[in-house]
Amino acid sequence: MSVQSAAIILADGTVFEGESFGAAPTTGITTGEFVFNTVLSGYQEVISDPSYAGQIITFTAPHIGNYGVNSTDNESEKPQCEGIVVREMSRRASNWRAESDLVSYLELHGIAGIGGIDTRRLTRHLRDNGALPGAFGTASESALREAALAATGTEGTDLVARVTTPHAYSVAATSSASRTIVALDLGIKTTILRNLSQYGSIEVVPASTSAEQILSLSPDGVFISNGPGDPAAVADVPDTLRELLGKVPLFGICMGHQMLATALGGTTYKLPFGHHGGNHPVRDLTTNKVEITSQNHNYCVDVDSLAHVEVTHRNLNDSTVEGFECAELSAFAVQHHPEAGPGPHDSRYLFERFAELMDRSAS
Amino acid sequence: MPRREDIESILLIGSGPIVIGQACEFDYSGTQACRVLKEEGYRVILANSNPATIMTDPDFADATYIEPLVADVLERILDKERPDAVLPTLGGQTALNLAMELSDTGVLDAYGVELIGADAQAIRTAEDRDLFKKAMIEIGLNVPESGIAHDMTQAAAVLGQLGLPVVIRPAYILGGKGTGIASTQAEFEFMVARGLDASPITEVLIEKSIAGWKEFELEVMRDKADNCVIICSIENFDPMGVHTGDSITVAPAQTLTDVEYQLMRDTAFQVMRRVGVETGGSNVQFAVHPETGEQAIIEMNPRVSRSSALASKATGFPIAKIAAKLAVGYTLDEIPNDITKMTPASFEPSIDYVVTKVPRWAFEKFPGAEPTLGTQMQSVGEVMAIGRTFPESLQKAMRSLEQGRQGLNCDSAEQQFDQIETAELMVQAAIGTPDRIFQVESLLRRGVSVEDVFQATKIDRWFLDQILMLCEERSALAAHLGPEENGSEALASLDRQDWRRAKRLGFGDAQLAYLWNLDDSVVRAARLAAGVEATYKTVDTCAAEFEAETPYHYGTYEDDSEVAPSGRDKVIILGSGPNRIGQGIEFDYCCVHACFALSEAGFETIMVNCNPETVSTDYDTSDRLYFEPLSTEGVLNVIDAEQRSAEQGGGKLVGVIVSLGGQTPLKLANVLPPELILGTSAKSIDAAEDRNHWSALCARLEIPQPAGATATTLEEALATTDRIGFPALIRPSYVLGGRAMEIVYESEDLERAWMAIASNGSLGREGGLSADRPVLIDRFLEDATEVDVDAIRDHTGEVIIGGIMEHVEEAGVHSGDSACVIPPVGLSDATIAVIEDYTKRIATSLDVKGLINVQFAVKRSDEIPGSGQVFVIEANPRASRTVPFVAKATGVPLVKIAARVMCGATLEELRVEGLLRPKVQGDHIAVKEAVLPWSRFPEVDAVLGPEMRSTGEVMGIDTSVGMAFAKSQLAAGDRMPTEGTVFFSLADRDKVVGARAAQRFVSLGFRIVATSGTAAYLTEQGVVVDQVVAKISSDRTGSNDGEVDGVELISSGGVDLVVNSPRGRGPRADGAHIRRAAATHLVPLVTTASAALAAANGIGDWAQSDLQVRSLQEFHAGVWVSEESASESYQRAHPVELR
Repeated sequence: MSVQSAAIILADGTVFEGESFGAAPTTGITTGEFVFNTVLSGYQEVISDPSYAGQIITFTAPHIGNYGVNSTDNESEKPQCEGIVVREMSRRASNWRAESDLVSYLELHGIAGIGGIDTRRLTRHLRDNGALPGAFGTASESALREAALAATGTEGTDLVARVTTPHAYSVAATSSASRTIVALDLGIKTTILRNLSQYGSIEVVPASTSAEQILSLSPDGVFISNGPGDPAAVADVPDTLRELLGKVPLFGICMGHQMLATALGGTTYKLPFGHHGGNHPVRDLTTNKVEITSQNHNYCVDVDSLAHVEVTHRNLNDSTVEGFECAELSAFAVQHHPEAGPGPHDSRYLFERFAELMDRSAS
Repeated sequence: MPRREDIESILLIGSGPIVIGQACEFDYSGTQACRVLKEEGYRVILANSNPATIMTDPDFADATYIEPLVADVLERILDKERPDAVLPTLGGQTALNLAMELSDTGVLDAYGVELIGADAQAIRTAEDRDLFKKAMIEIGLNVPESGIAHDMTQAAAVLGQLGLPVVIRPAYILGGKGTGIASTQAEFEFMVARGLDASPITEVLIEKSIAGWKEFELEVMRDKADNCVIICSIENFDPMGVHTGDSITVAPAQTLTDVEYQLMRDTAFQVMRRVGVETGGSNVQFAVHPETGEQAIIEMNPRVSRSSALASKATGFPIAKIAAKLAVGYTLDEIPNDITKMTPASFEPSIDYVVTKVPRWAFEKFPGAEPTLGTQMQSVGEVMAIGRTFPESLQKAMRSLEQGRQGLNCDSAEQQFDQIETAELMVQAAIGTPDRIFQVESLLRRGVSVEDVFQATKIDRWFLDQILMLCEERSALAAHLGPEENGSEALASLDRQDWRRAKRLGFGDAQLAYLWNLDDSVVRAARLAAGVEATYKTVDTCAAEFEAETPYHYGTYEDDSEVAPSGRDKVIILGSGPNRIGQGIEFDYCCVHACFALSEAGFETIMVNCNPETVSTDYDTSDRLYFEPLSTEGVLNVIDAEQRSAEQGGGKLVGVIVSLGGQTPLKLANVLPPELILGTSAKSIDAAEDRNHWSALCARLEIPQPAGATATTLEEALATTDRIGFPALIRPSYVLGGRAMEIVYESEDLERAWMAIASNGSLGREGGLSADRPVLIDRFLEDATEVDVDAIRDHTGEVIIGGIMEHVEEAGVHSGDSACVIPPVGLSDATIAVIEDYTKRIATSLDVKGLINVQFAVKRSDEIPGSGQVFVIEANPRASRTVPFVAKATGVPLVKIAARVMCGATLEELRVEGLLRPKVQGDHIAVKEAVLPWSRFPEVDAVLGPEMRSTGEVMGIDTSVGMAFAKSQLAAGDRMPTEGTVFFSLADRDKVVGARAAQRFVSLGFRIVATSGTAAYLTEQGVVVDQVVAKISSDRTGSNDGEVDGVELISSGGVDLVVNSPRGRGPRADGAHIRRAAATHLVPLVTTASAALAAANGIGDWAQSDLQVRSLQEFHAGVWVSEESASESYQRAHPVELR
């Protein structure tokens, strides 16, 4: 690993010194919105999660790359994030499943990284000032500064269009279940498909697929996936969902949660620095149990804007809405990630709930 | 589910004395639990025999019983207090085993007491290895193949199925006692026998060995509503085969993918649920095959543990505190996270640093013990270090150990490894030892590949590569020296980036100074000039996601620091570092008391320490905690940070307290700015330690001291003994715990002892000792009573005597290993007056401000019992090991008073304030007894001497010396027999006192057996000897012409108490075999005649009186309506012959 000095400059002018690794863009500059993630393990899943499109991920765990990468833990075919920031990039991967090291993986996929950063200082800065656009790389300070000022956040950008599948494809059921699930891909994670496929076969369709096209597949239920960016900027999907509501059971996760809320007439707002980690407590208000959840979102549903729904889940750290249900229309959604990947498995029961809902509606 | 209203009072069982495998982590957890339960409004009743703990301070419980932790005593407490519930999960294995015993014998039911935290069935499932294994298989989990045996025949059958190597694990044990890996048939038979002996239910598990697998631990918490969380994952640096308590461990786990980690997490919850731990914390241990990833469950502890204390300190999540709340009905989401205040405790901490724990061993104290690590824990303490990266935290941990190391090598001590040939070093590194980590670094530095080292050690390649990075950085730093090898030029050639890289990898200034052959202070100055300063980050449970309210900091070299200025004046208290023999929990007690007292007096208290087991490193104890090595750099950096915060408008730094944490902070006194040292000055500390100063001072004060001198060569030493005569006591200067101290009876002894000190071997590793410090040689006073005094002097010159302790064992047994008694019932008023006078004069002359401990020897006079000439042995102007015991015996909070005095208060002011109270005017007697780790080191001769070897202490308190002594023995683990046979084998010099003891035993109805010489003497003195025991043949193989020898007699179970005082040194002596037999067969053993006499008196009182329990609060209030008032008043009137 050749060591080359690099720096981060945020849009507010704050500078962090480090060293570059991974892909080297010819300009020596990478721009995006800086966010942080507090997971202790699971960097490969995070980096390959399409929901990070447009973002530069700061890992608060200091050692990243320790166990290398393997071909089964990817959440999508290729990383969609803009870059990663770490305190210490491991040069040696040690794990019986490792097939390559992380730096090679990043190089392969053209993702740039910066290491040696005081990531705790950066995290506290983002916590106090909100997620910020900025730039990093090996370019001169003035070039980076210019790029940082020009960099935009994710607000108002339809990033879903960038990451959704260009064409529909099928995923076979991994059990004997005969349900048909249509998954609206806004940036879907592999782990979600793995979980859903236990309950039926899946038709994954692009975000732009119409309600009519979806219904023509005769689904038992429609799943609306996670996805990147500002929910308010996502075109068409809320309209599609509005048409589907009441006709077929719906289950949404993360962006899917926000889309469903929008379809039901609700609004979303941006959280100061988002939820990105694997340790947030969420209470299932229907059972009163606390589950530790995987989280990755910058936007949140404003529950007051929603009529006819019941809040089913709340985040115990900041009381934000983590899930709701519209029983009369057979739709429910959660903001967190029950599929985990990475993160705890406490919320996987929600897929089971979706299956029950589909069965109930069918009968 | 809020607090339970159906219970009002709770009995908390502590863990008793500090022993290997069970140290002050249970004081930390127990203290937290006491606090929480009191805050919740419950009546808290505490039982713990250890007076050195914070938890046994009368403030922490409503009723504190410093009583032996045995079932019959606990039953008395239950009978007296009638609590509604017993909480057994915070006092280690001791509390758990006791709770099981009380449950199994129906005592709990009889008193209608509920077990909270874990029920008997859950405890049984987790602790009984067979039940546990079956439970795990039942829920589909993978466990190493194994079988259970209750005797040798069953064991052989199990082995037939498994094949060697196997692990032998006794059921219901702590710290892996009696555990081992057997690779040969002979080892197998030996270990099974030992394991069956060690298990209280004579059961061992024989398990296929998975040595070499990776080892992980998860700390789990569960509440009544079945909410489960993982507080911390821990990865062991040392693979399976080394007990986790003896392993270097790292948090969080570093080499697991999320998929594997989450599988482990799910499994841990399954285990917790199946075992049935309904509320509280547990620890689940996993093994993972390094090449296939196969996971297996090793064990689970259904209680807070050493690992949970570590996890609490590592994450900032207070497991014991939360466990106590869960036990009384709360759920995790109802409890706020202390650190963020805003978020609930129902979450999983995320951390943005790396924590490394390194154990501290004491093999140097046990010549003959093999320093090989295995499945049986042998370490006596541990350090924890926090760094932003693994290399940084590892290096910080190495220099926290107080063994004179500055980091992971790169200091002068590395040469012992670098000198060894590579092939030989590879062989050494393949075996787990305290040195392995240093050997590994040396191997990697000389170019041995990570793969080769992995194959030899099975230490994960990732860890090895991180160490290799240190080696590479070191050579880069060394290259700055250039061909001229000019250190100053090397310094000058470093730019800020170079400095930063080195410091971020954890290289200490002292390591860099070694590399460039410069003085530490020069390196420090150059570094600061380059603008590279230590920064302090916060332990906040959430990786900075939320704002932290709790100032719990660690040092690193990053961009910015999080130390916030605050208004109050500040005092820094330096802690005592890792527990080791000679310096343990007593000093932590002192530091914690200073925090409490100064905080009450309005100061902001700042604690610096690196021991994760302690109360002092609980973020609740001080106003600000720095988890840092107590190295020169570590402490100076904290002082700088605090002074900087003062400059930013905070309160000023009043000073640093160095005299409460034992030798560790005291050693730093000379490198800190003198104006910042609070209390007695560094100069006075030196004056007491420097032999010539000290002798001159005693001479000036006309206080007799044994003849003596210092020597730097053997010739000088021999010349000294020619002058002063034998026996002589020889000892190095500036050590604690009598390190390498010895009594020599002839020139040959002296030469051997000298060689041991001069050879530098293990001693060189003790902090603060260097070969050029002279050795002290004193005439040893035989037949003298040793007396310890703790006193406080203020700046006006007033001195108060805190306590005078009379030792049970004669002078020559290290004071830390000797039993002692308050008040000194065997000393006459006249002698006490002389001792008090000498103490005051010494304190004044040393200009002490704060605590001083003075040791005296009273040469016995045959004319007047209890009187004799008083000699001063030594004085230490600092807190001593006995201070907590004195405070508990007398009810006077000595350390709180001393801390205030050090910060300028006068005793008179404190009297007015009410902090300084008169001593309790009760009629109780308190006996402190030492607890020794002989059973862990079976190869070592169990003899007391001038070198301290005890790991902990207990206190017995009652109204007669005999009862107090008997309680102390019971608390220390020796239940004195009330009938049967006493086996005497005495050295000539002990025969006079020994005969008196024998006489007393006879009058109590005991049979006496003795070795021939002793028997002859006893018979001559009119003691009836029932049996004369044959001499042991020199190699233990020859025949004794059909006669039974001592070892055979003990092995056959024909002896109930062994009294054996050592005649000479080394295993050649008969006595060594006898003592080992006693230790092996768990027959109570006393090794001094005076202790035998005390034991006889204790047994007499025990037999005559009814066992009574009384709380410390009652003792301190003077509440003691005794049925035996007649005998007490007799005792007060007549000095008791202790010996």
